[in-house]
Amino acid sequence: MQRTVIYPERSSSTYWKDLWAYRGLFRFLAWRDLLVRYKQTVIGIAWAVIRPLLTIVVFSFFGKFISPDTTGISMILIVAAASLPWQLFSSALNEASGSLIANSNLITKVYFPRLIVPLSTVIVCLVDFLISMVILIGLMIYFKQAPDSNIIFLPLFLLLTLLSSIGAGVFLASLNVKYRDFRYIVPFIVQLGLYVSPVAFSSRVIMNSDKVSEGLKIIFCLNPMVGVIDGFRWCLFGSEIPHDWMSVKISCTVTLITLFVGIWYFRKVEKNFADII
Amino acid sequence: MSYTAIKVENLTKEYTLRHQQASNYTALRDVIVDRAKSVFRGQTGSDRKEKFLALDDVSFSIQSGDRVGIIGRNGAGKSTLLKVLSRIVSPTKGRITLEGRIASLLEVGTGFHPELTGRENIFLNGSILGMSKMEISKKFDEIVAFAEVEKFLDTPVKRYSSGMFVRLAFAVAAHLEPEILIVDEVLAVGDAAFQKKCLGRMREVAGDGRTILFVSHNMEAVQKLCNKGILLNKGKLVMEGSIDAVTGKYLETFSEGQSWYDIAKPLDAENKAAIATRLQIEDVNEIPVSEVSIGANYNFRIYFTINKKVEGFVAAIGLLTIFDQPVRTTWSEPTDLEPGNYTALFKSEGIILADGQYKLNVGLSKGTSVIHNAENAGLLTISEVSTLVNDKQIINTKSGLIINQMPVQIIQCK
Repeated sequence: MQRTVIYPERSSSTYWKDLWAYRGLFRFLAWRDLLVRYKQTVIGIAWAVIRPLLTIVVFSFFGKFISPDTTGISMILIVAAASLPWQLFSSALNEASGSLIANSNLITKVYFPRLIVPLSTVIVCLVDFLISMVILIGLMIYFKQAPDSNIIFLPLFLLLTLLSSIGAGVFLASLNVKYRDFRYIVPFIVQLGLYVSPVAFSSRVIMNSDKVSEGLKIIFCLNPMVGVIDGFRWCLFGSEIPHDWMSVKISCTVTLITLFVGIWYFRKVEKNFADII
Repeated sequence: MSYTAIKVENLTKEYTLRHQQASNYTALRDVIVDRAKSVFRGQTGSDRKEKFLALDDVSFSIQSGDRVGIIGRNGAGKSTLLKVLSRIVSPTKGRITLEGRIASLLEVGTGFHPELTGRENIFLNGSILGMSKMEISKKFDEIVAFAEVEKFLDTPVKRYSSGMFVRLAFAVAAHLEPEILIVDEVLAVGDAAFQKKCLGRMREVAGDGRTILFVSHNMEAVQKLCNKGILLNKGKLVMEGSIDAVTGKYLETFSEGQSWYDIAKPLDAENKAAIATRLQIEDVNEIPVSEVSIGANYNFRIYFTINKKVEGFVAAIGLLTIFDQPVRTTWSEPTDLEPGNYTALFKSEGIILADGQYKLNVGLSKGTSVIHNAENAGLLTISEVSTLVNDKQIINTKSGLIINQMPVQIIQCK
């Protein structure tokens, strides 16, 4: 018979086992969010395509002024390859950081490993992302742009996007429980992030510029999405990644650190969630 | 075979109260301001904090198959205990060992989503309560039948009536089959018929040898369902034992009524021929009691003083519901009284009132002209702890104001 022992400190071996035991609930929560997302909307799932498409059109219009040099690839494609992972990252970060509060009725009434909540919201964003990939495929067919052979590495960069959004999202979610200020900080981070990420331009504009100091270049790359976007463009169009892959290397490091810190902090405070939420 | 299903050792749960703060969560702004202040004062901002023990060194153990009622006043720590046992909050000190699968039902319809259909919500809620997809599919038809919502399965629950919603929510929970079931006050929902159905279902579940922990303010429900009881007060364990002993102790210690009420002196007391001074409620042995068990007889005693000789003196007591609906009024026979102190004893004689509180009016008069009328002089509390035993007949203490049964003859027509 299953035995449960409750004491103030929980050990980590049972934690991960518990998380696995609750995978059914994880699936159901993700399924619920997916079902609810487009209920009572007239065009339903088409929203997952329309919103990113409009963003791409607007950004590529302005992008033409910022970086006219696109080495023969249509600006729309350059922007699409960056905009889609950016949207995945920003929506995952946004949803995950608010997820605990949105599900506070569950947290105060039922036990389950709390990590399930932010993780399941990321799944919803991932599904949206996969649907919006239709846009990219459509555009590539329209512009007769064959994908580079590097495309087989695309899943790795997708994983990098997910991990970086999970790391930061989980961290912000647990802070949000205690300090509601983060409800206002997160949208601000996301908005600011869009300006400092190379969505409407190529990162070469900054990385190959003589006017930008080495230090600033490193700071620019601390944003994990710089490496992800460079990676996406490399996978799809074989665009060269400047400075010997510096952005990707920094992005991986930053992601691993935020993931580690985020989960560590989450686990540290999660047992008090029900008391303070 | 019975084994120890729940073992609680030295369980303590401490909360830190923050004064002058409206909500639980902190604003970052406050933290920053506090830190800044403490720099100047050379101390941390701990002066506003106060420790509060919601559970204070509680230890007990429960055998498998026991149905345990947890009782206590508001704030006694009942809900905290259930939350710690269901792992929603973690204890500050102590250790709990639970044998078997646990399901906790602290609210009806946890996780129900208004946009989803009844069918979708059954699966969602089932999985939140800890059922696997297979289990839910297996029990699906049973759940739907229990909830009586067959026709509305594919309607979003936001269009359900509140009754349907509650029925569906309870139906899912009622089909949980854990070894340990933790239930908090959920029976306080739905109409009387459905409540009865729920209680029946809970007893069925208990009959299968499951361990049940049940918190409710409804003593009647606790007594019907449970065989053991745990009494908490201010976070401490007061008593553990058979349910009758524990409910008895609870009523004795914490009943809300008083056994006697002083009657305020009227403004022109010296001019009145008679004034009532005190109203007392007693059991049949003339011992003052603050609560009367439903079905038991009781006495009212009025203490009064006669200042001037009264001819045709009458003492009266009026009984009203809390909503001021008169239930009955009784008068003494007129007598002539000389000045002095007296008591008037009123004995109830077999009219069984439903549980709850009743307002009492006291009146002294000379014939039909009022001398002293004290409205709302006291309260009669009839507790739901039952002394009614009648195996042959269904007695529902919520069925009306008067519980006495009429003799009924059932005869076949020719």
